[in-house]
This record gives sequence, structure tokens and C-alpha cells, in this order.
Amino acid sequence: MFQGYTAAELTSIFAMQGFAGLSLFSVFVLMALGLAIIFGQMGVINMAHGEFMILGAYVTYLTSNFFSEHLSSMFSLYFFVAMILAFIAAALLGALVEWVLIRHLYRRPLDTLLATWGLSLILQQGYRTIFGAREVGVTLPDWLMGSYAITDMIEVPVNGLFVMCLTILITIGVYLVMQKSRLGKQTRAVVQNRAMAGAVGINTEKVDRFTFALGCGIAGIAGSAFTMIGSTGPTAGQLYIVDTFLVVVFGGASNLLGTVASAFTISQAQSTMEFFLSGSMAKVLTLLTVVGILMLRPQGLFTLKIRS
Amino acid sequence: MLELSDYNVSYGQSRVISDFNLTVPDNEIVAIMGRNGMGKTTLLKSLIGMIPMEGSIRLNGVELSGCKSHKRVKSGLGFVPQGRMIFSTMTVKENIETGLTAVGGGSVPSDLYDLFPVLHEMRKRRGGNLSGGQQQQLAIARALASNPRVLILDEPTEGIQPSIIKDIAKTLREIRDARNLTILLSEQVLSFALDIADRILVIEKGEIVHDDPRDSVDENKVASYLAV
Ligand SMILES: Nc1ncnc2c1ncn2[C@@H]1O[C@H](COP(=O)(O)OP(=O)(O)O)[C@@H](O)[C@H]1O
Ligand SMILES: [Mg+2]
Repeated sequence: MFQGYTAAELTSIFAMQGFAGLSLFSVFVLMALGLAIIFGQMGVINMAHGEFMILGAYVTYLTSNFFSEHLSSMFSLYFFVAMILAFIAAALLGALVEWVLIRHLYRRPLDTLLATWGLSLILQQGYRTIFGAREVGVTLPDWLMGSYAITDMIEVPVNGLFVMCLTILITIGVYLVMQKSRLGKQTRAVVQNRAMAGAVGINTEKVDRFTFALGCGIAGIAGSAFTMIGSTGPTAGQLYIVDTFLVVVFGGASNLLGTVASAFTISQAQSTMEFFLSGSMAKVLTLLTVVGILMLRPQGLFTLKIRS
Repeated sequence: MLELSDYNVSYGQSRVISDFNLTVPDNEIVAIMGRNGMGKTTLLKSLIGMIPMEGSIRLNGVELSGCKSHKRVKSGLGFVPQGRMIFSTMTVKENIETGLTAVGGGSVPSDLYDLFPVLHEMRKRRGGNLSGGQQQQLAIARALASNPRVLILDEPTEGIQPSIIKDIAKTLREIRDARNLTILLSEQVLSFALDIADRILVIEKGEIVHDDPRDSVDENKVASYLAV
């Protein structure tokens, strides 16, 4: 597929596509982070995770509209506000869902799978009713448009860089919350030994709700990032949930660094191959590669070695 | 005062603890003895709410039977399980901090480190890298962090060197005196029980078959219950 390009052209194509994949990488990392936190804490696979992301995307869309109508002087800043609101909205919905639905289904993995899948359909219909079936897009403030030209041929999109920096900050933030905060420490204790965590005085139900809300809130932020690479529609989240599972499994669940590396690999592979092949062909190749690697290393690319 | 009445614990159909009636006055150290499989762990885990129980458990008059584990800890029970079960990937300090949850968090009180200086030295190490004896101290410190009225220990001497067992008995008595604690522990080592307890119970097949104050205990009789 490479014939007809000179070496210099190929280099810049790889670089360009690599940088173009930064936003996708960010969405993957944030989605996978939330999914893995929830799975690690309570063994729940949240099939509605993509819909929590889309909630964040809609919140970003609404915020951008609000700013352009009422606060146009501050439009350049709307994205920061949107991210915070997206986090809050998705986290609140997450806490509610945990309270109404999930907490009754712990230790019944198949039931939670079905329940969260049902939830994803409900949310999709809800979005369709509220926002309509048409896809919506946000207007980026000027400073996020355009790109830096590194060389004559290689350009880096500003929004991709920006979202990636934010993602790195958020990932570090989540890491610090888990390591340093009281709730984070309680979460780690519950992950290690739920019964014992209760017996030392930790309210495991409260910790569950916190974790689920946190994971969903991060998906909401992923939704903000998502508005930069795709248009927001009721079912747009569906396309990402499979990729996100792929990232989590490939990275080896419950390992932050593995998740980031795996998100990077998959987003870059996808983005680069899309230039040469059709989008679906790129997906198929990615999937085959991942399946192949997982057959050799079922535990994922990266696994943490912990003494028991 | 800890009171159990008409207290039953079952796994499905099989009843392991049947119709217990037991009162432990404040400040008393009670050793529950019995061979493997007689129901000591089942009893103690059910007290802290890790296994469902039926009947009544009251601490200073407050009924705890419907309460989840964390509520029981908040109400004044502290638990050191068999095999310690410390959080092995968390540091020593973090392990103790988990025990502070019930009293609203904060930093590790210095008197805990005074009791167990080695834990202060090792506070940044992962719990899983401590020796058995150190893990036992950590598990006790973690339970004490919630400032319990009753400390429950399941076979605290299991897998611990004889030289350290003496220290544990001494420390536990000191803690009892300093904090006016009630201590309820299970044991298979008679010498340790005689060393530490004010009162010795023997359970067999889930029932109390022997209950005597330490001073009038018939050692041979208790030993015969423990013989395999
Ligand atoms: N999770 C369980 N499910 C069913 N039976 C159990 C379980 N745990 C323990 N038992 C049974 O309960 C009885 C008491 O066990 P246990 O409380 O561990 O005794 P001990 O601590 O005195 O050695 C044993 O007969 C054991 O086989
Ligand atoms: Mg036992």
C-alpha cells in the first residue's frame, strides 16, 4: 500500500496521521480509564459507558451554544466550562444509575451486563427525544482551530495537542486522587478485599457509588474531547464502546500505564492506516492485530506484578 | 458489655454456631478455644458482619444485628481476622488509615506508632512485604485505629514465632489496660490463652462446652478438648 510515495512523503504522512490521532487517543484514554476504574472496583462492565460519553458531548454542545448566545465575549473559554459541566453531569447521572440500578445487581455480572446495555438503549432514546436524531456539532473557539507547522509538510492540529495535554493532566489527577485522597485509599482497599474493607470500617456502598460516578464523570470529559473529532448524535457512543473494550483488554485491565500505552497504539494504528486504507479496513486490521497479540498474551500487553 | 443471645450462624442449610448465649463484661479478655473447624472463625466473622447471623448481638445495649460491617465498626467493634488480611499492595501507613475511616479520617495517631514502633519505621513499605509478626501488629493497629470498645482477634498467634507470641500477649494486655478495652479472641494455643485471658471458653461443634474464669480453669480438661 506504500508504493507511489517517497520516503520523505511517507515520514510526513506518518507524522501527520499520528498527530491527527491525538484526539482519538485522548478519547480512548479517558473512556478506558473510566471503564477500567469501574470494572476494577466492582467487576461491573458498563455497557452504557459510551452513552455517558455522549452525555458529556451534548453538555459541551449546550455550553458552546449558551456561550455563543449569551457570553460571546468569553466564547474562547467555553471549552473549560464545558468540560467541568460534562464531568458533573455524567458523574451525577452515574451516581443515580448506581443507586437505582447497579447496586442491586452486584456479583451478578451477566445481569449487570444486560442492565447496563438496556440503560444504553434508554439513554439513546432519551437523547433522541431531547436533542433530536440529527447529529450536532460544536464550534471551536479560534485559538483551538488551525495547526502548527513543524516543517513544510508536517502540521500538528492545535485542538489535538490541547486535548492530549488535558488528558494527561486528568490521568495524573485521577492517579493522585486514587493514591492520596481518603476516598481513593478506601477504593483501593475495597478493590483488594471488599469484605475486609467493610470490617475495618469502610462504607463499601458509598465507595461503590463514588467510583461509579467518577468513572462516568471521566467518560463525560471524554465526551467533551469527542466533540473535536466527531459530531454528536444519539448513537455515536456505540461506535466507541467496542474500541474502548479493546483498549482496556489490550492494555491489561487495572493498569494505568498499560491503558495509556494501549490507547496510544490502537489510536495511532487506526489513524495511520486510515490514510492508506478505508476506515473499516483499518478497523479490521487493528482488531486482527489485537486478537493476535491477545492470543499470545492473554493477560494483556502490560500487567502489574503484585506479590500476594 | 457485649451480649449475644439466641445467636445462630449458618452456611446455607448447615448450622455452624447454634443458640449461643454469651455475655462479655467490659474490660474482660475472653479466649474462645476449640479445634480446627469448630466454628471460631465463623463466630468472629459473623460478629463483625462479614457473615450473616441470626439472633441478637448488643454492644452496650445497642442492637447491632441488622447492621453492616462498617456500622458495627463505628459502633465500637474492631476486628483482626485470621491470616491478618492486611491490604498487601497498600503501604503500612495507608493500611492504618483505612481503619481511621470510622472516626472521620485524619492522620495516624502517634500512640499507635508508640505501641508498634516497627510500623512507624516501615510506614512507607507495602504491607505485603512485612513479616508475619509485623503484619499481625499492623492488623492490630488498623483495628485499633477505629478506637473500638471491643477488639476481636481470630487466632492471633497462628503462624507466628513463639518468641513473638509472648510479646503479643503482653502488648494486648497493655492495650486493654490503657484503653479499657474488652478483648475477645479465638485460640488453639493453650499456653497463650492462659497467658492472656481472664476467662476461657471452649466451643465444640458450634456450642459452648466449657466456660471458666482463668484462675479456676482445669487445664487438663481444656487440653483434652483441644487434642485431636
Ligand atoms: N464458606 C463456608 N461455607 C460453608 N461451610 C463453611 C465455610 N467456612 C467454614 N465452613 C465450615 O464451618 C465450620 C467451622 O469453620 P471455621 O469457623 O472456619 O472453624 P475454625 O475457625 O474454628 O477452624 C467447618 O466445618 C467448616 O467446614
Ligand atoms: Mg479459624
